[in-house]
Parts: sequence; C-alpha cells; structure tokens
Amino acid sequence: MRLPEPVLTPHVKKPHGHTLEHYLQTGGYQALRKALALTPDQVIEQVKQSGLRGRGGAGFPTGMKWGFVPKDSPKPKYLCVNADESEPGTFKDHVLMERNPHLLFEGCVIACRSIGAKVAYIYIRGEFYHVQRVLEAELEKARAAGYVGKNILGSGVDCDIWVHRGAGAYEAGEESALLESLEGKRAQPRLRPPFPAVVGLYGCPTIINNVETICNVPVIFDRGAEWFASIGPEKNTGPKLYCISGHVARPGVYETSMDVTLRELIYDYAGGIPGGRALKAVIPGGSSVNVLTPEALDAQASFDGLVKAGSMLGSAAIMVMDETTDMVWAATNLIHFYKHESCGKCTPCREGSDWMHKVLQKILRGEGSMRDIDLLLGIANNIGGKTLCPFGDAEIAPVVGMLQHFRGEFEHYVREGRSLVPLAPWRAREPAGAHAH
Amino acid sequence: MSFHPQMPYGTPQWHRSERVLADEGPPFAFTPENRQKLEEIASHYPPERRVSAVLPALYLVQEQQTHLTGNAMAHVAEVIGCSRAHVEDVASYYVMFFTKPVGKYVLQVCRTLACALNGAEHVTAELCRQLGVAPGGTDAAGEFTVMEMECLGACDRAPVVMVNNEHWHECQSPEAIQALIRDLREKGVAALTGCHHTKE
Ligand SMILES: Cc1cc2nc3c(=O)[nH]c(=O)nc-3n(C[C@H](O)[C@H](O)[C@H](O)COP(=O)(O)O)c2cc1C
Ligand code: SF4
Ligand code: FES
Repeated sequence: MRLPEPVLTPHVKKPHGHTLEHYLQTGGYQALRKALALTPDQVIEQVKQSGLRGRGGAGFPTGMKWGFVPKDSPKPKYLCVNADESEPGTFKDHVLMERNPHLLFEGCVIACRSIGAKVAYIYIRGEFYHVQRVLEAELEKARAAGYVGKNILGSGVDCDIWVHRGAGAYEAGEESALLESLEGKRAQPRLRPPFPAVVGLYGCPTIINNVETICNVPVIFDRGAEWFASIGPEKNTGPKLYCISGHVARPGVYETSMDVTLRELIYDYAGGIPGGRALKAVIPGGSSVNVLTPEALDAQASFDGLVKAGSMLGSAAIMVMDETTDMVWAATNLIHFYKHESCGKCTPCREGSDWMHKVLQKILRGEGSMRDIDLLLGIANNIGGKTLCPFGDAEIAPVVGMLQHFRGEFEHYVREGRSLVPLAPWRAREPAGAHAH
Repeated sequence: MSFHPQMPYGTPQWHRSERVLADEGPPFAFTPENRQKLEEIASHYPPERRVSAVLPALYLVQEQQTHLTGNAMAHVAEVIGCSRAHVEDVASYYVMFFTKPVGKYVLQVCRTLACALNGAEHVTAELCRQLGVAPGGTDAAGEFTVMEMECLGACDRAPVVMVNNEHWHECQSPEAIQALIRDLREKGVAALTGCHHTKE
C-alpha cells in the first residue's frame, strides 16, 4: 500500500509545528504510553514485526539489532542517535530534528527502555548549531513535562537524552567513529568485531540508529506494527523520506513509501528538470552509491529495488544531473569530498583518494592519457574491500560508476583535451581553488 | 618517498590525518560563565569520562577568542583532565576548529555536488574576487575569511553558505555577493537569511 498521508513530516511547514504543545495536540507521546504498557521484549517483538529497517544507509533490520544487546551484561547500556547526516545530498534528519523533535525524543525513550539504556546521546554534526538550539529548547520542555528524565510518566523508567555536537567530519557518521568522537577523540573507526551492540560507547553495549529510524518507532506503536508492515513493498516497509537535490524544479524532502519509483520522485514530487532539459544521470542514495542512467528511472526506490537496479538506497539522497553536466567534473567534485574527509587511518583510502583526485584533475586539465583512465580503475581496485571501514568502498563508487556509464566522456577529454558537453553557465571551468585550512 | 612511480608522495595540502600545531598565543583561561557552561556539559557524561566534553570545550574557546591557540588547548587539557597532546590531536582533526587566526566573519561556502551543480564555484570565486583573497584566506582588514566546506546538509537550498560555524545563508548567487558583504558589514549576522526550516 502507498503511504496515504505523511506521518513523519505532516506538520513541518507549520510555524509552531515543532513545539511540545503542538505535538501533544496532535496526539504526541501516546505511542510512549502504549509502549510502556508492554514488556521490553514485547516492544522489540513489535519492532521486528513492523519490518522496520535502518534508514542510515545499510537497511539493517532494527528490531534484530536491538536484540543483539546482551541482557545479562552488568554494564550500563547506551543508545546513540546518528544525526551526523554528512552523506552528500542528505538533509532529511535535519528536517526531522528541527521540525519534529519530539517524535525523535519519543522514539529514543521507547528504544532506550527496550534495550535497557538509561541515557541516549544524539550526535549531531557540527554544522547543525541551529538544530542543537531547537533540540535543547524542546528537550527542556519534555523534561519538565515528564516525558524525558527520571521516572517517565510514573512508570519507573529513567531515560535522559543529551545532544552532542561534532565539529565537521563526515567519517563521524560511521558508527564506530561516532563512538570515538563521542568519547572525545578523533572520529576514526574501530576494528570490528566486537560490534558496538556488545562493546560500544565507553566499552558498554550500545545501539546506534539513524534519526529517521528512531522517528519511525513511535509510528509503529501509534498505528500498530501490522499497519506499518502494510505500507510499501514487502521487506521495505513503512514511511520513507527522500531528499531530492541537484537539477530539479522543487528540491526538498518528500515523504512516501518505498513502492515509489525514481521517475515519480524526480518528475512528480520534485517537479522534473527545469528548462525542459533531459536527464543525464541520477545518484539515488547519496554520493557513496553507484550512479544510474535514465534507463533505470522505473526502478523502485526501495532498499531491494535499487540493489536490483545496480545501486543502493543508502541515505535516500537523490541527486539529479541534467544533460549539461560534465561527468568527469562531477566525479572530480565527489572524489575531492572523499579525499578531504578520509580519516587517514588506512593507507589505501587516504592515499588512494588523493591519487584519484590528482589523476582526475589531470584529465580535467586536458593533460590526461588513456592509461590514466585505466589507472583510475586500478587504484579503485586496490581500495575496494581493502579498508578498515566501508568508507573505502564508498569513495570509489562515484569514480567507478561514472566510468562504467560514461567512459566515452572520459575518453573524449583525453583525446580532445576538453569536455564533451559545452560549458554550463553554472560551472566555472577551473575549480575555484583548493581547500585550504 | 613514493610507493608507486606515478604517485608523488606527500600532499602539499592539509589533510585531517596530520597534526597541525597552533601558535602559543596569549595566556588563556575560561571566563567564569564559560567554565560553568563547560561543567554543565561535562555532567552529561559519566564522571570518569569527562574527556567526552573536549569538543564542546573547544567550541567554548572559539566563542571566547575566535580561534584555538596552544595556551587555550593547554587550559582545556587542564580543566578536562587529559593531556595537552590529546586536545591538540583532536582539535587538528575537525575542520570546524580554527588553529589559525580567522576574520570576524568566516564565510564557509559548500562546494559539494548539489551546491556545485547550482553554481557554488561561482559564489566562491566571486567572494574571493571581491574580497581579494584566495579560498582559506582572510582579507587585509581581518574582516572576512573565505573557506570551502564539504556538503553542509541542506542541499535543497543550494548553494549554501554558513557563517562563523553557526549562521546560515541559503540559495546564494554570485550576483548577490556584493549585497551580502555590504549587509554583513552594516548589520552583522542579522543580514543572513538563516536556515529555511527555522523561519517562522
Ligand atoms: C563513512 C560512513 C558514513 C556514514 N554516515 C552516516 C550518517 O551520516 N548518518 C547515519 O545515520 N548513518 C551513517 N552511516 C551508517 C552508520 O554507520 C550506521 O550504519 C547507521 O547509523 C546505523 O543506523 P540504522 O541501523 O538506523 O540505519 C555511515 C556509514 C559510513 C561507513
Ligand atoms: S577506509 Fe578511510 S575513512 Fe575508513 S578507516 Fe580507512 S582511512 Fe579511515
Ligand atoms: S551539497 Fe551543499 S549542502 Fe549538500
């Protein structure tokens, strides 16, 4: 069934839609009451039944993840909400936290109680200072009203929520790097196993979930796990937020269910490409997934549908590129991102990203050779699957994907020393300058 | 040194895996208000895990004196109860900590794909041209620093500019740069549009 109406974002455009008063008026914190009436195991069972899968990128079943927390561990347990939202093209958690913060708090309390945690940390990216202010102001109100803190609603359950702000590092979104950053260190990943559910924050069992995942939890208890499971295709259930950006008429966050296709999202929801220009490429799940061509437009924008189409749903960040886009330039732009954000812990990722960037810049300057194109693939081959964290696989996706679909454009650059597409007015020929710090 | 004949080893550019040391700077101590704020933040973590508050502490330093100095980091180490080397190690990793002096307004322009597809390169180029700086540089009067950032998480409002790590300005265009610089000089950060979702 298609989602009949938005349930995560119905009030985002209302000026006071984010306040506690408004949340209570529209039935807020009722799900918490229902969940508190169940045992923690029943809560986890309901989440499993709903079919909810993690919205942070990998689509891992949430109920199953919660079940990994060892029940007999004497250590404290923690919930960390991943609000790092740094995947290029993603801005859905931003909207949820700023315009519907109580939904997140309600989800946090339910999640904490079911895994036996008394503290949840919301790790927001450093750039979201304005989000932190909204979260903390609303948290204060929720605490005063007894929805967060000690003895919640008289149930004897304690759950505190704190906002922790990062300071500008994409890698802090990777779950073990997030824990390191929260412990006051560089955001560099840990070796796994042990997995965070067993040894996480401060060496204690920890669950890490994306903001949107946690926001879906109250919906499960509000409307029932059966209703949740009936939304969208099998195994891809529940409401889903899509971030659409790039060359579209109405960029923004759209809520629907995962039976939607890329074509519907781009042309119906986001209003298509301005100026009647043709679509050239679309990145369906943030820059770390393979690029797709217009032939794939009818693919279902679900976890499984996009894998079938040769890509991934990732963070559901759809970046649209029209016919004026120079793909060699686009690949260079994205590899610059990875080169800049690599945490530097392992050599293939740190050196490889810099090297691929240098090779691409050489091609862009018109000085490349055919061997450079093969060199790019060779470097990528030495990174993929050979790094400590999935960042390595992420950084080669834009280069390998664009070479797979647009190799002719790279070869044209090498042969003619210039782009196949005429210079678009929005793009300067030379990059405006290298990042300096 | 190089591990491949076609790859000149060692990037001349900053990489986050490097440890950049800041100048010592003048003596530093938190103001009593900031010290109190820090203690409040530190209470969010288990007492033996005070070092979790190192990022918020560094933000407080930047609120107090725009950028990080060696003395400030030594002070943070002391109040947090960790080594100075640890604080310097952390500070040099994150891009939002400034280990060099910056202007009164730090203009942070997003350069990643969604913004670039909408002309972010022109925005940076125009800012640099009008202020007479290169990206990363500060103008002669010490008023503006221009910086390029990676995706800021508001790609629907591309190109996005953030100012001083806190304030946002969205849907920027090269034509509007002149007015933006003028308004910032006259009205300060009130000249910025803010983030679309907070506007009421
Ligand atoms: C390099 C990298 C960056 C990531 N960035 C984010 C992020 O910004 N936000 C997020 O929710 N998950 C991010 N993830 C995924 C997390 O590691 C983790 O899988 C996720 O938060 C789990 O939450 P979920 O089960 O609710 O999806 C990232 C992963 C990698 C490898
Ligand atoms: S793959 Fe990259 S980001 Fe991940 S640990 Fe290695 S260097 Fe760091
Ligand atoms: S690409 Fe600029 S905000 Fe995301």
